Amino acid sequence: MVEFAMHNAWLVPLLPALSFLIIIFLTKPWKKLSALVCVAGMVLSCVIATLAAYGVFTNHEFTEKPLVYSVRWFSMAGLNIDVGVQLDPTSAMMMFMVTLVASLIFIYATGYMEGDPGYSVFFSYLSLFGASMLLLVVSSNLLQMFVAWELVGLCSYLLIGFYSHKISAREAAKKAFITCRVADFGLLLGLLSLQIVFGTLNLTELAEKISHFEQYTTMGILTLIALLVFAGPIGKSGQFPLHVWLPDAMEGPTPVSALIHAATMVVAGVYLVGRTLFLFHEVPTAMELVAVTGGFTALFAASIAITQREIKRILAYSTVSQIGYMMLALGLGSLTASMFHLWTHAFFKALMFLCAGSVLHALHHKADVWEMGGLIKKMPITGWTFVVGGLAIAGVPPFAGFWSKDEILLAAFDTGHYVLFGMAALTAFMTAFYMWRLIFLALFGDEKPENHPHESPLNMTLPLIALAVLSAVGGLVGTPWAPFWQEWIFFGHPHHADPNYLIMIGSVVLALAGIYLAYNLYCADKTRAKAHALAERYRFFWTVSYNKYYIDEIYLWFNHTFIDGAARLFYLFDIYVVDGVFVNGIAAITRLSGEGLRVTQTGRLQNYALVFFLGVLAVAVVLAFTDPSTAAGLTGGVK
Amino acid sequence: MLTLSVSLHHYLILAAVLFGIGLFGVLTKRNAVAVLICIELMLNAININLLAFNKYITPNDFIGQIFSIFVITVAAAEVGVGLAIVIAIYRNKLSVNLDEFDWLKW
Amino acid sequence: MIDFTLTLLNSISWVAVAFHTLAAVVCISALLVVLVRNIVHAVLWLAVCFVSLAGVFMTLDAAFIAAVQILVYAGAVCIMVVFAIMLIRRGNMGETNLFNKQVWAGGGVAVLVTVLGGFLSFRIRYAGSAPAVPENTVDHIATLLLSKYVIPFEVAALLLLVALVGAIFLAKEVKADADS
Repeated sequence: MVEFAMHNAWLVPLLPALSFLIIIFLTKPWKKLSALVCVAGMVLSCVIATLAAYGVFTNHEFTEKPLVYSVRWFSMAGLNIDVGVQLDPTSAMMMFMVTLVASLIFIYATGYMEGDPGYSVFFSYLSLFGASMLLLVVSSNLLQMFVAWELVGLCSYLLIGFYSHKISAREAAKKAFITCRVADFGLLLGLLSLQIVFGTLNLTELAEKISHFEQYTTMGILTLIALLVFAGPIGKSGQFPLHVWLPDAMEGPTPVSALIHAATMVVAGVYLVGRTLFLFHEVPTAMELVAVTGGFTALFAASIAITQREIKRILAYSTVSQIGYMMLALGLGSLTASMFHLWTHAFFKALMFLCAGSVLHALHHKADVWEMGGLIKKMPITGWTFVVGGLAIAGVPPFAGFWSKDEILLAAFDTGHYVLFGMAALTAFMTAFYMWRLIFLALFGDEKPENHPHESPLNMTLPLIALAVLSAVGGLVGTPWAPFWQEWIFFGHPHHADPNYLIMIGSVVLALAGIYLAYNLYCADKTRAKAHALAERYRFFWTVSYNKYYIDEIYLWFNHTFIDGAARLFYLFDIYVVDGVFVNGIAAITRLSGEGLRVTQTGRLQNYALVFFLGVLAVAVVLAFTDPSTAAGLTGGVK
Repeated sequence: MLTLSVSLHHYLILAAVLFGIGLFGVLTKRNAVAVLICIELMLNAININLLAFNKYITPNDFIGQIFSIFVITVAAAEVGVGLAIVIAIYRNKLSVNLDEFDWLKW
Repeated sequence: MIDFTLTLLNSISWVAVAFHTLAAVVCISALLVVLVRNIVHAVLWLAVCFVSLAGVFMTLDAAFIAAVQILVYAGAVCIMVVFAIMLIRRGNMGETNLFNKQVWAGGGVAVLVTVLGGFLSFRIRYAGSAPAVPENTVDHIATLLLSKYVIPFEVAALLLLVALVGAIFLAKEVKADADS
């Protein structure tokens, strides 16, 4: 079984793809059947992925030499592109995580989407997304990965705009697609440069060649390539300054937010950088950039999340912030910490999104946390699983987030990046604060009489419980005392850091301080007067944060001023130069010359004969008074 | 003494002159019938050429003579059709003055 | 004196004399065809031109062609042209053969063509004196026309037929009710 799964890992992306086709072409009219096909495809693929991951994680060979099955996709002179499946601990972990979370979310979605007119279509999109994401995960070739990358982007677009009757959903879908397109252009250029310079896009061959890149290219060009490649993750993983699409993407149905915009797709950028870490590793500048981008994004997004009011928007900024953490870890060269945080984050963020979905489901899509309150009494399962998620993300031991966040802080500290360490620590404090602000506002406190919440059905609460369990214990695979994770997923050599109790205790203190502050401001004080007073006192900061640093407005202004201005300029150019000078000008020349030449067309036969004989004379003279070869040249080969 | 002699060149020059006169007529006469007549002159100039070459270059092949027979045949046909056209035009326009006809115009 | 005259007469190439005389007649009559103002006179000069051309053909040892020339051109063509002129006759025949506006340009082109043709004819090199011409050229032409050149011959016959039919069709009186 395990052998079979390992050698046939291509089935993992194939099964959801088949579900997609079956739903689209066969079962679309039957909603329940469509959902069943979708869930069955993903669960089966989860079984295979689990078996394959088990195989990988019991054989240490694969940490050195990945298992690659590939076939030639197309080839021409100087360009050979393979398509294949690459199994190593990182991809096996990712495959397992994606199929597991996706299976749970698909099950959840069967309840959440109940009664939606586009039920079957929704599940077909989900299947397509699952297939694309898994294809991305198992890719052995960067071009293949790029194709999958674009496919998940497409699914993201389709699913954000799923409620296409809402203008905001359509706008958000377009925004996501276009923003990612900007970034993907950079990624594409980077991949093309890699192909040109190294002549291959296969991950294993590239890793081999880049380790002695001096034979192929210079440091400068490699830096450029790394920066271009990094453009893709900046867009896809919502890093500053291209994070703007991610909060708007919450217009999509909540399972989509949980699956695509929290657990899987948005971390594809992190995964890509992780897969190509051999490239970034050679370029210290790029590594610095990745680390600084990640660190800054983490802090930046956390500072926005503090003042937001919509439940999913808070979670979205939290996602941006947590992905910033992962990028930071990658930039510090720690694939271990980054992937670890990716792993734990997938569980607790998916959990919290699903809880938020459950809440929205109960409150008929009333999203403002200030209008919630006391939900935990009416919705105990949702509420308490949310609390587990909150503990995990805040970094309270022994929940999952604590271990992975600790790993990142340790990596920053050990590599001597004290500023980044400080930023990460501050972010940890803020994360605990804003997440517990959300929890206290929504779940505790007084119930609002106008709300009539009710607990969600079983097919929604079961995935919540499963994810809550995973959020609670998912981090235990990589504790400092039992560093199972660190032995399997690493870049270069496994890194065993001694447990640093100072940092550990420090981060716990920060988390608890954040939670306590949130408790003080939003739970203990029923009137929330202190919170309002604080907002009033730091009015400027509050406004800036609440308006997300006006990034959207700046982009809009930029768009209106420069792009529209350039468009106006080009419009004038088009009207007066292209149309005026070229099109109409050429037409006018033609017409004028035609009118001039028309006079020569007298219609009199003898006139024509005269001209004809002049021509005969000319040809005869040429033929008679030049030597034969010249004459032949002049008359076009006539001898 | 009189040195009258005759050679191929004499015939060719005669042909050239006759051709030139015919061409002049074709280009400058107003009357369509006159133009047809002048075309006959040009064709006859060609016949002179053909026969002269026949005699001076290849007297035993008779190519020139046979060609000129064909030229005469075609010329006869051409005159017949040409005059028929002139008559048809005259019937429509009551004129054979080529200056009045610019039907080849756009 | 008589001896001298005889010597002189013997030394004259009568063919050359005939050629030069006929050539002069051809050129003058052709010019008159172009220059006279009455189209009927022009046709008469044309007949003169064709007859003298038949003489020129005789000097080229082409007796058969000369005969055809007189039959077809001087006979048939001229008569046909005169008939045509009769059919399209107008009041003042003295003004029927005038020049158009491009007389100078046309003259220039014609002169240039003539000069070029004459000039080029001097480039021809051939074996000095004329080779012997076989007796009885008509026999040979007849044999060739019905053997080697039989297909062009038949095609020419077809052409004449077509021309005949076409000419009749074109010149046919149009019915009064047919053209409206």
